[in-house]
Amino acid sequence: MPILVYAESDQGIYKKSTQELISFGRAMADQMNTEVIAAVTQDASGAELGQYGAHKVLQLEHQALSDFKAENVAEALSQAARAVQASVIIVSSSANSKYMAPLLAVDLEAGYVPNIVGLPTSYTPLTVPHNVFTNKASAHTALNSDISVLGLSKNAYGVHHYETSAEITTHNPELSASTVEVTSTDKASNKVMIADAEVVVSAGRGLKGPENWGMIEELAEVMGAATACSKPVSDLGWRPHSEHVGQTGKPVAANLYIAIGISGAIQHLAGINSSKVKVVINTDPEAPFFKAADYGIVGDAFEVVPDLIQKLKEFQAQNA
Amino acid sequence: MKILVCISHVPDTTSKINFNADQTEFDTSGVQYVINPNDEFGLTRALWFKEKQGATVHVANVGGSETEPTLRKALAIGADEAIRVDQTATDGYTVAQALAPIVKEGQYDLVIAGRESIDYNGGMVPGMLAKLCGFSFVNTCIGLEIDGNTATAVREIDGGKETLKTELPLIIGGQKGLVEESDLRIPNMRGIMQARTKPLHVKTEQSAAAKSQTLRYEKPAPKQAVTLVDNAEQLINLLHNEAKVI
Repeated sequence: MPILVYAESDQGIYKKSTQELISFGRAMADQMNTEVIAAVTQDASGAELGQYGAHKVLQLEHQALSDFKAENVAEALSQAARAVQASVIIVSSSANSKYMAPLLAVDLEAGYVPNIVGLPTSYTPLTVPHNVFTNKASAHTALNSDISVLGLSKNAYGVHHYETSAEITTHNPELSASTVEVTSTDKASNKVMIADAEVVVSAGRGLKGPENWGMIEELAEVMGAATACSKPVSDLGWRPHSEHVGQTGKPVAANLYIAIGISGAIQHLAGINSSKVKVVINTDPEAPFFKAADYGIVGDAFEVVPDLIQKLKEFQAQNA
Repeated sequence: MKILVCISHVPDTTSKINFNADQTEFDTSGVQYVINPNDEFGLTRALWFKEKQGATVHVANVGGSETEPTLRKALAIGADEAIRVDQTATDGYTVAQALAPIVKEGQYDLVIAGRESIDYNGGMVPGMLAKLCGFSFVNTCIGLEIDGNTATAVREIDGGKETLKTELPLIIGGQKGLVEESDLRIPNMRGIMQARTKPLHVKTEQSAAAKSQTLRYEKPAPKQAVTLVDNAEQLINLLHNEAKVI
């Protein structure tokens, strides 16, 4: 029984998280002696998905799928899963996937485990490792339903390359009218999103005031990074809530997380724990963040950050 | 308007997470429990509806009697009645199935649950409950207005937000943004006294079979000590040559 992957695209582009999802599905399929089918809902040709491991691409065609509506996507995937007799459906950790997946799971009477951080540790029964307690711990959970929905954490597996040429077929789901209608979307087009970012530059109360964020934004721009902040900074209104990372904010699973003037409260550290490399810049050598970081500079952000920007520019010029 | 707020009873955000000797269960010793923060933002918004637009606010939890202080706290800050489904919360699916009859029988117009609980991070109960009850559903909800039978909800998406329109009955998965941190309420003595006499119904539902079961837990491996550097140049060098992230 094949594995179905929900291959999200954004304006015709399959993001790294989608590529990773397909590679993860392929690795599972190889171990289960089955094939991985990438389900695409939008007008992005899925031909390229073979190179990340997809054996087949299933184009779900319906007018209602031209933009994301959770109910419709869940319905379409559920019908596709039944049509191809999939036993596993893999989704990402994007806001849209996390919105849609519970609806899909109920439709298929499937067990659902999100925040998965690695390949199954057993296939009989299917047992997956996933983060719990906001990354303060992990769990191994066994699924006992006929169909399983698995949600993969971002940056947990990586993109792998294959020389598979995926055959594309179409499926026409029958969808009911969505009960929820999108009336407007407000999305920054020129900013790197925390959800996608390889590098995240984050700052805290050590910056003393919102007027000092210019250098943080500049550092982020030089690094092609997303900007983020600590909870007090968002509560004080210095930065928008959407930048708050931590236990009650967003999780960050970047390759590189740079914390500037953030002391490192346990709730903050939990939220960023899945990031691969952590750097702290803080005046206080006793700040708890130094215990969680890989690299640290004890120093004043107002001196270190401008210097870091300057040296990074020189480094990039040399390595260009 | 009848509102139900689903409350998860979770370890305080400052808790150190430990497990029992065979790593199969969370070690509750010395742990302080609170209303799940995402649910508390939702509860506070529900109380706003009660005060500004007129609404009845019930709270519900799936769990043993040890979760009752958390329900009493919700009553102390203004909820009218509490319901505890006397069942061990195993996976999100069983919690949603335990809550579904409560939602249907109570004829609620609006059900607010947190986007996820901060303990098991399943993030599935609100969506599953919506599907089981046939309600509209909006997740990661950061703004909600109700006008008659129409709801306008703002949903956080990756890199922005979108505004949605839907009809009641509705379930939302809420989070910060529904209200601000400074809007959260601390129970006062009068509220605490009143909460003692407010109804707390204990219900027994036939529990559905769980679709997943956690076999064991693991704590992250201890971290290596931080490498301290003196300046930006050394840092760039290490990030490039050692960590290979730039």
